[in-house]
Amino acid sequence: MKKLSIPGLTALFALAPSIALALDAVGTVDKGDTTFMMLSTILVLFMILPGLALFYGGLVRSKNMLSVLMQCTTITAAVIVIWVTYGYSFAFGGSTSPFWGGTAKLFLAGVNGDSLAATFTEGVMIPEWVFICFQMTFACITPALIVGAFVERIKFSSLMVFIVLWVTLVYFPVAHMVWDSSGYIFNLGALDFAGGTVVHINAGIAALVGCLILGPRLGYGNDMLAPHSMTLTLVGAAMLWVGWFGFNAGSNLEATSGAALAMINTFTATAGAILAWVILEAALRKQASALGAASGLVAGLVAVTPAAGSVGPMGAIVLGAVASVVCYFFVSTVKLRFNYDDSLDVFGIHGIGGIVGAVGTGIFTAPSLGGIGDEDYSIIAQTTTQIWAVLITIVWCGVISAILFFIVKALMGLRVDPTTELQGLDLASHGERAYHY
Amino acid sequence: MKLITAIIKPFKLNEVRDALSAIGVAGLTVTEVKGYGRQKGQSEIYRGAEYAVHFLPKLKLEIAVDTPLATQVVDTVRESSTTGQIGDGKIFVMDLDQAVRIRTAETGADAL
Repeated sequence: MKKLSIPGLTALFALAPSIALALDAVGTVDKGDTTFMMLSTILVLFMILPGLALFYGGLVRSKNMLSVLMQCTTITAAVIVIWVTYGYSFAFGGSTSPFWGGTAKLFLAGVNGDSLAATFTEGVMIPEWVFICFQMTFACITPALIVGAFVERIKFSSLMVFIVLWVTLVYFPVAHMVWDSSGYIFNLGALDFAGGTVVHINAGIAALVGCLILGPRLGYGNDMLAPHSMTLTLVGAAMLWVGWFGFNAGSNLEATSGAALAMINTFTATAGAILAWVILEAALRKQASALGAASGLVAGLVAVTPAAGSVGPMGAIVLGAVASVVCYFFVSTVKLRFNYDDSLDVFGIHGIGGIVGAVGTGIFTAPSLGGIGDEDYSIIAQTTTQIWAVLITIVWCGVISAILFFIVKALMGLRVDPTTELQGLDLASHGERAYHY
Repeated sequence: MKLITAIIKPFKLNEVRDALSAIGVAGLTVTEVKGYGRQKGQSEIYRGAEYAVHFLPKLKLEIAVDTPLATQVVDTVRESSTTGQIGDGKIFVMDLDQAVRIRTAETGADAL
């Protein structure tokens, strides 16, 4: 979605009018682009439901399966309603503030069948309805990702209150900062093609803060807390990969070669990451695991998200592989060393993979490494900008998330009581059971 | 009559069943169970988390036979279920007071 602006890409993108200014402009709407964007939007929804829900669901114990499916489903529903009432306006409402989009489009005011949104090509537009829906799915998946850090112990009502506050004060402002042409991070020149900072670093940092404040699950480090269905986890991970083509290629906003580049990178980075994780496990512990393959898959997808539109397919393989190695280190070593219960490794894979991807985008966009940056592209300058974007996101998200968690904790508590936790959230919180054997 | 209970490795079931059929055992009951003996558990690793699995899956066979056949059944189960590795299981033999075939109400060895 993003108006890229890096030295060298300016030729390509300088003509792209800002989203904010172009929404009411006149332009050509291509049926192919519109179709492509509608399908991409549905693919991103497919990432959440059932993709992410099953990926996460398989990783918890069977007594908590439904709670995870419920959390993903209700978060998606809640954020859809929030998005059309005020979220879209807060993110892309047309304000020139660097930090939020203003109130001009509350309740989608002024949006009708003639409203258009800009793409990366001057004069080529898509219906604003499509842009609203596409961005909506991104706003839905990000809070759903956070859930993985505190599954099996979070209180359902508290989670929903937290998520409403979080998207309002963290997601919408960061989306505006990164993707809107008046946004603060956008104007630093940071590259974030499909949302490495907005979606993955954002979710990863909120997840880390959340699991630190909630504390570990009962029995963490002693009891058997192993995944109940690696089958569902693999199925969900595979759905994430399929859906991610909508996420990455769709972020090109047009069905052009730019979308095709994002597509091939979404293949190659993920493959590189799967192989890297599997080889690492085979070398370090003599057995390559299915969960390792699924973890590498997600790490690769996360890492290529900011890079998909500007690196080459070979660079993407390396980027994915490096992300896998770094994430492996975090989930297998760092987490144990510091003993925090980021239950499904949201920080370890989305946060860390997102950071590797954001920084790696600065490196692999260089033409000497197969990227589309032009002759005078400076790896050091761009990577420095990337790191700034990452740090701003970490601080903004970390501080506000912590404040929100403490507020919700003070008002209504964040955890279920120990008896409920031992019984499992499915029965205790939702009154039903995932499986009847 | 004797009731023979055998705890065996799950993948040995077919061999045991075939061997028992060959010596004329008319039926057996199989239950999936978990437990530990000298084998203790094994470990499973999920990303960085290593879990010791203390109770391993086994199958419990229950075979009721007339007393003269008991020794041969015990030997057959033992021979067909062994791998020579730790964790092969155990066989227990108990006296059986009575047996009733539900359909016909036959009792004793006739019910087996």
